[in-house]
Amino acid sequence: MAHSEAHAHEHHAPSGLRRWLFSTNHKDIGTLYLVLSFVFALVGLAMSIAFRLELMEPGTQFIQDHHWFNVLVTAHGLIMVFFFVMPALIGGFGNWFVPLMIGAPDMAFPRMNNMSFWLTAAGGLMLVLTLFLGGAGTGWTIYPPLSSALGHPSPAVDFAIFSLHLAGAGSILGAINFIVTIFNMRAPGMTLHKMPLFVWSILVTAFLLLLALPVLAGAITMLLFDRNFGTHFFNAAGGGDPVLFQHLFWFFGHPEVYIMILPAFGIISHVVSTFSRKPIFGYLGMAYAMVAIGFIGFIVWAHHMYTVGMNVDVKAYFTAATMVIAVPTGIKIFSWIATMWGGAIRFTTPMLFAIGMIILFTIGGVTGVVLANAGMDVSLHDTYYVVAHFHYTLSMGALFGIFAGFYYWIGKMTGKPYPENLGKLHFWLTFIGVNLTFFPMHFSGLAGMPRRIPDYPDAFAGWNFISSLGALMAGVATLVFLVVLWKTFTAKERVPANPWGEGATTLEWTVPSPAPFHTFERQPRIA
Amino acid sequence: MKWRTLVAAGAAMFAAGPALAESVVPQPWQMGLQRAVTPVMERITEFHDLLLVIITLICLVVFALIGYVVVRFREDRNPVPSRRTHNTALEVIWTAIPVLILVIISIPSFKLLYYMDTIPETEFRIKAIGHQWYWSYVYPDHGNFTFDAIMKHDDELEPGEPRLLATDNYVVIPVNTKIKLQVTADDVLHSWTVPAFGVKIDAIPGRLNEVWIEARETGTFYGQCSELCGYGHGFMPIAVKVVNREEFDAWVKQAQEEFARADQAPVRMAAN
Ligand SMILES: [Cu+2]
Repeated sequence: MAHSEAHAHEHHAPSGLRRWLFSTNHKDIGTLYLVLSFVFALVGLAMSIAFRLELMEPGTQFIQDHHWFNVLVTAHGLIMVFFFVMPALIGGFGNWFVPLMIGAPDMAFPRMNNMSFWLTAAGGLMLVLTLFLGGAGTGWTIYPPLSSALGHPSPAVDFAIFSLHLAGAGSILGAINFIVTIFNMRAPGMTLHKMPLFVWSILVTAFLLLLALPVLAGAITMLLFDRNFGTHFFNAAGGGDPVLFQHLFWFFGHPEVYIMILPAFGIISHVVSTFSRKPIFGYLGMAYAMVAIGFIGFIVWAHHMYTVGMNVDVKAYFTAATMVIAVPTGIKIFSWIATMWGGAIRFTTPMLFAIGMIILFTIGGVTGVVLANAGMDVSLHDTYYVVAHFHYTLSMGALFGIFAGFYYWIGKMTGKPYPENLGKLHFWLTFIGVNLTFFPMHFSGLAGMPRRIPDYPDAFAGWNFISSLGALMAGVATLVFLVVLWKTFTAKERVPANPWGEGATTLEWTVPSPAPFHTFERQPRIA
Repeated sequence: MKWRTLVAAGAAMFAAGPALAESVVPQPWQMGLQRAVTPVMERITEFHDLLLVIITLICLVVFALIGYVVVRFREDRNPVPSRRTHNTALEVIWTAIPVLILVIISIPSFKLLYYMDTIPETEFRIKAIGHQWYWSYVYPDHGNFTFDAIMKHDDELEPGEPRLLATDNYVVIPVNTKIKLQVTADDVLHSWTVPAFGVKIDAIPGRLNEVWIEARETGTFYGQCSELCGYGHGFMPIAVKVVNREEFDAWVKQAQEEFARADQAPVRMAAN
């Protein structure tokens, strides 16, 4: 029955360019986003392996020009944030599964959805172009005056700005699309308080995108004007202020970190619940914890700027506000554990990635509490401790969320099963690799090693060597993942509509695998 | 290699070289903060010790819970899952306990913050100016002399001087004396950092940031620029010599003769 239904729909699907260039289908656009993010993830990873090899030993290994070291670090950051994590979680899984989970036939604005994707792709192309225009070695934070004409006279920074404009516009359109879809197209009976947590996470994320990205767009437009049209917004000599840029950037930048992690939270909730064969513990607390994290995320931005010379009372406020985030985050961690408590847990690959994410995010969370303190941060700001902290939350939080989602849903997306043993091997190699890479960075950071330096005093050699070994191991893990992809796409077996059993309760498991081109032409009804 | 040509021009100031036996440098395989030599850094270290205990305990509790769940509730040991999804008492507890922990952290945190941020009466000022890619210093209360501190190239290092950390001219300050450091920049952002002092303050064009330093022991202390500033970001270290009063006075006398005054045209080592 499942097969014949899928077959009946096939002749509706356009093919070739019409299908992929002009696509208005949420699943196809989701696939396009996933492909884009996969390509950029490989590029970003290759860059990180390149500079980890450079940092494997003291002295210069092979990146002779230090500017290009900075370019690699910058491109790695921008790519991973804007062209890997965001397109994978929001554009990819969001497009694929928000309509499926709320019982909607598609997104509210399918053509705008197409435009969102191609704007993002064009943004990615712009970023690649910077590499051929001299390279932007500004760090992903593009602080002026280093990013001004003074520090970077080449057009690379202008193209980086255009890249963020395009990706940002794509994300804003996508955010509007998600908000309208989620508010208006839920199946009858699915109240907000019955909505799956992944949909909640995308809803909160969409609001963060809608409110944060225009501020970034404004800031980088001012920077563009400073660079090209003689304005002095961030030029002290003309009465401007470089610190103003930092305020604007982080007003976007801090919500941005929640933009990257909240959808991963949503995925983890479904995976944990499915493989514990239990409903989510404290569902409402979980949903409103994300709302709280999103809200507080907007009022803590200056904790990235404790060393710029702010008033002490301002620093005290940002310290207090930042620490408050630990409370809703704690609720999430404890609720996941409580969901597993009393469950009948199966350790499939997605579940391993979910448990791994909870462990690693806890580590990243507690170092966040350390860094929140303005007094303490003086010793740690811009050291490798910060690099360790945000990679534990993002590289492992978001990345493990993405892998959990991939293994959880790949059967639904392709109709083919992934190889379980290879998946587990992929998990263990990744888990050990990233810990080996990032845990020693806490030590180098405490000992005082600054970020973004191409060579370091000899005493830091030991931990850096271990970090580089870990990066190589993570690279090997990625090769295993490529084999997983190959085995999955060439698999002869087929996956049933619901391969996970009674634990999987959301609507995407009621449609056949692979999900047919059109789903829910008749609205399902939620009891 | 622009910075290397910059480096090449420096003349060594001290025939004897820095007092290396007492210097605080990071050690191989070091896992914690650098040794504190100012009251601010002592308090940061104390606070970090407290934080480390708290976060380690939190992690251990979470990992123990996960470990128990993973062992006890595997499908083969617990084939019939419970349907429990609420426990108000539990939810109140796991909200309240983190709040309590944060209050415990915030009290010493605010004490530390206000202590380090309140600048006491200081004996004199030093001004540090960040450039691409070296620091220059002015002693306005000692005749306004100024000098550049440029990283020593590997082949200029005296025996025992650390690579990437030693500079041709050292900042010299007297021991057990409160001084005020004013920091700014004349091109892009930089950040003046000496971990052993508990000091990290951004150098920003158009702004003058202030911190206070009271070194409690003599020796040589090092730090590195801590805000990405371009090509030579990794190669503009900060090196401070803390000496006793007589040595400081002698150094000032020598420096006044040797270095230009900041209100005259400064002598630059090389074109910027
Ligand atoms: Cu610098």
